[in-house]
Amino acid sequence: MTGERAPTLSVRDLRVEFPAAERGATVKAVDGVSFDIFKGETFGLIGESGSGKTTIGRAVVHLVEPTAGTILHDGVDPARLSSREFRAARRAWQIVFQDPNAALNPRSTILTSVMEPLAVSGVGSAEERRRAALQALARVGLPEEIGARYPHQLSGGQKQRVVIARTLTLKPELIVCDEVVAALDMSIRGDVLNLFAELQRELGLTYLFITHDLSVVSHISDRIAVAYLGRLVELGPAEAVTENAIHPYTRALLSAEPAPLPSHMRTGKRILLEGEIPSPINPPSGCHFRTRCGHAVDLCAQRAPEWREIVRGHWAACHFAEQFCSEENVAGEKAGATLLGG
Amino acid sequence: MNEAATQTAPDIRAAQSAPLLDVQGMSISFATAGGRLEATRDIAFSVAPGERIGVVGESGCGKTITGLSLLRLLPEDVAHISGRLDFMGVDLATCSEATLRDIRGKRIGMIFQEPMSALDPVFTVGDQIAEGLLAHGRMGRVEARERALEALRSVGIAAPEKRFHAYPHQLSGGMRQRVMIAGAMICNPQLLIADEPTTALDVTVQAQILELLRDLSDRAHMALLFITHDLGVVAETCTRMLTMYAGEIVEDAGVDAALEHPLHPYTSGLLRALPRLSERRSALPSIPGRVPVLGQMPEGCRFRQRCPFATDGCEKPQALQDAGAGRRVRCWRFRDLDLPGVAA
Ligand SMILES: Nc1ncnc2c1ncn2[C@@H]1O[C@H](COP(=O)(O)OP(=O)(O)OP(=O)(O)O)[C@@H](O)[C@H]1O
Ligand SMILES: Nc1ncnc2c1ncn2[C@@H]1O[C@H](COP(=O)(O)OP(=O)(O)O)[C@@H](O)[C@H]1O
Ligand code: SF4
Ligand code: SF4
Ligand SMILES: [Mg+2]
Ligand SMILES: [Mg+2]
Repeated sequence: MTGERAPTLSVRDLRVEFPAAERGATVKAVDGVSFDIFKGETFGLIGESGSGKTTIGRAVVHLVEPTAGTILHDGVDPARLSSREFRAARRAWQIVFQDPNAALNPRSTILTSVMEPLAVSGVGSAEERRRAALQALARVGLPEEIGARYPHQLSGGQKQRVVIARTLTLKPELIVCDEVVAALDMSIRGDVLNLFAELQRELGLTYLFITHDLSVVSHISDRIAVAYLGRLVELGPAEAVTENAIHPYTRALLSAEPAPLPSHMRTGKRILLEGEIPSPINPPSGCHFRTRCGHAVDLCAQRAPEWREIVRGHWAACHFAEQFCSEENVAGEKAGATLLGG
Repeated sequence: MNEAATQTAPDIRAAQSAPLLDVQGMSISFATAGGRLEATRDIAFSVAPGERIGVVGESGCGKTITGLSLLRLLPEDVAHISGRLDFMGVDLATCSEATLRDIRGKRIGMIFQEPMSALDPVFTVGDQIAEGLLAHGRMGRVEARERALEALRSVGIAAPEKRFHAYPHQLSGGMRQRVMIAGAMICNPQLLIADEPTTALDVTVQAQILELLRDLSDRAHMALLFITHDLGVVAETCTRMLTMYAGEIVEDAGVDAALEHPLHPYTSGLLRALPRLSERRSALPSIPGRVPVLGQMPEGCRFRQRCPFATDGCEKPQALQDAGAGRRVRCWRFRDLDLPGVAA
């Protein structure tokens, strides 16, 4: 587990704002988020669409400029590096997106696509790049012949492997995986998830694994963070978050997940949330979740709940987190626990 | 059942004992550059009044085209449908355009994954829903408007008078899907075909929509043909499950039975590939290979290349055979195989 090691990634009070379509308004895509990720760990990030997951991921690999806050890689703030040092360092921080089609040029062969990042950063000779690319293809379990093919001749799962191979040529240490299996059929999702796990074991990779799929995140993650409207509402070890969730939003999210179980095994009781996630242009005052929370009281509109450690390693932001946490053990109101247990 | 429905229904009593929809030997083929290709084959199933059936299978197995063909919504110049599609005594495959128009929307509704593409961006949601009523006649504008408001209210849209004048892009994804459902429900159809209606929605909103569909189906005794790749959605919404593979139905069983004791290796493979059911961080089983593309269908059992149980005999074409207890399966070895389901 995390122990006293120094984190490889440290995010503090991250804020990212975008200008909104309406003049003068801003979208608070990320509204004060803090977390650490340790080397070799898979850190799952879940939340509904629009909760800020992708923006957090893009900020972490410096594809988007934070409005405020700090992002440290192994204690170093990349903003302090010279532009040459920054270019060299950022190869270690990569991101893989949902749609492999968008990432691959339809008119380039697979081998050319896999070599491209190395070519762009001018690493090695042409022959060395070719060897590195073939090695990366082999590493993701694709035969050499695939290198001569074009994207349309590959299945979705194969294309996602190609994208992963291309990322590997840069010898990354931290990979942000943004909905990487969402576009794949369930029958082959397992293949790609297994590949990520295998690469992590072999290469010591660290993952920020973004998904809206609870079953995927609970399967693959060491720790899980839950985002809602630009903020984290809960963070803890995967088992704790999926089986002893503290925050009312996490509980609702877990209970909403449809369970592929026969009726007599489906015991989880459903907490049906009303409405949808509000606009990040004008988020509710106080606790962002209060407009959909069944436990909301006046206080929740007045003050934002503090982000704090409720039990060791298990964080939450709810005025009543301590109470919900102990009730959990007494009443055993384990929303979704039976669904996700395993 | 209101009076209008009673008048036009061929025979209500017969419809309640007999299946609502009975599909026999349906195949769909497409004219392509490489000749005519068969996309589905030997599709046979029936839907009882009020029954909720899930249709599952990987991408490209023929779920969507099966749903579309029931309303002859495939492009007629390239798609050819054969077989019998008996809906309350009318053969949907051969009936006149006029009969079909009457059935579409009024007796059979359909909703899709992306409501934005099904809603017209230049008309308000109210007008689009009311239009369905006006098209089927027998109603003035004022009454149509009242009915549209009522429909919006019944799908859980707050302040429908305000939403009535909204354009589709002004609504959230979940709200647009509710509007679509309101539009599909307004003539009280006996069957609703829903093609991945919640796939684009967040899980908390999906839960709301599934609850709504279940509730509407119960209250109006409306049958549901629910196309999805999500077995959890089927488990929570449906009572029967059709598994499709490479253009064929390979298994037909009650949902609980299919989940616990699948009879077809493909159904079992789909169930085992679900992450939640295996131990955390253990390797996930997957189904090797991929669905064969049109024009390259293997002879014999179409699942043979990917089936861990394939053996001599599987190179023969497989029929969808009766497996007892109201189940059907397209695998000659089903009695010998003891396949794991979700509980294993
Ligand atoms: N107009 C068309 N012309 C030719 N082939 C078609 C046409 N429409 C569909 N097909 C083919 O028919 C097969 C079944 O397609 P269908 O859309 O029904 O799959 P599906 O099971 O709904 O998949 P998904 O889960 O991806 O929605 C596919 O091989 C598809 O490429
Ligand atoms: N470049 C941008 N300009 C304006 N708004 C944006 C931009 N990127 C993201 N947003 C908005 O920020 C919010 C969070 O988006 P995102 O990080 O993509 O969420 P998620 O990945 O959780 O779905 C959304 O409301 C989104 O519309
Ligand atoms: S702070 Fe209040 S509104 Fe927010 S989650 Fe807790 S109880 Fe609900
Ligand atoms: S017929 Fe043979 S190949 Fe086909 S599913 Fe049955 S065992 Fe597998
Ligand atoms: Mg995203
Ligand atoms: Mg489809």
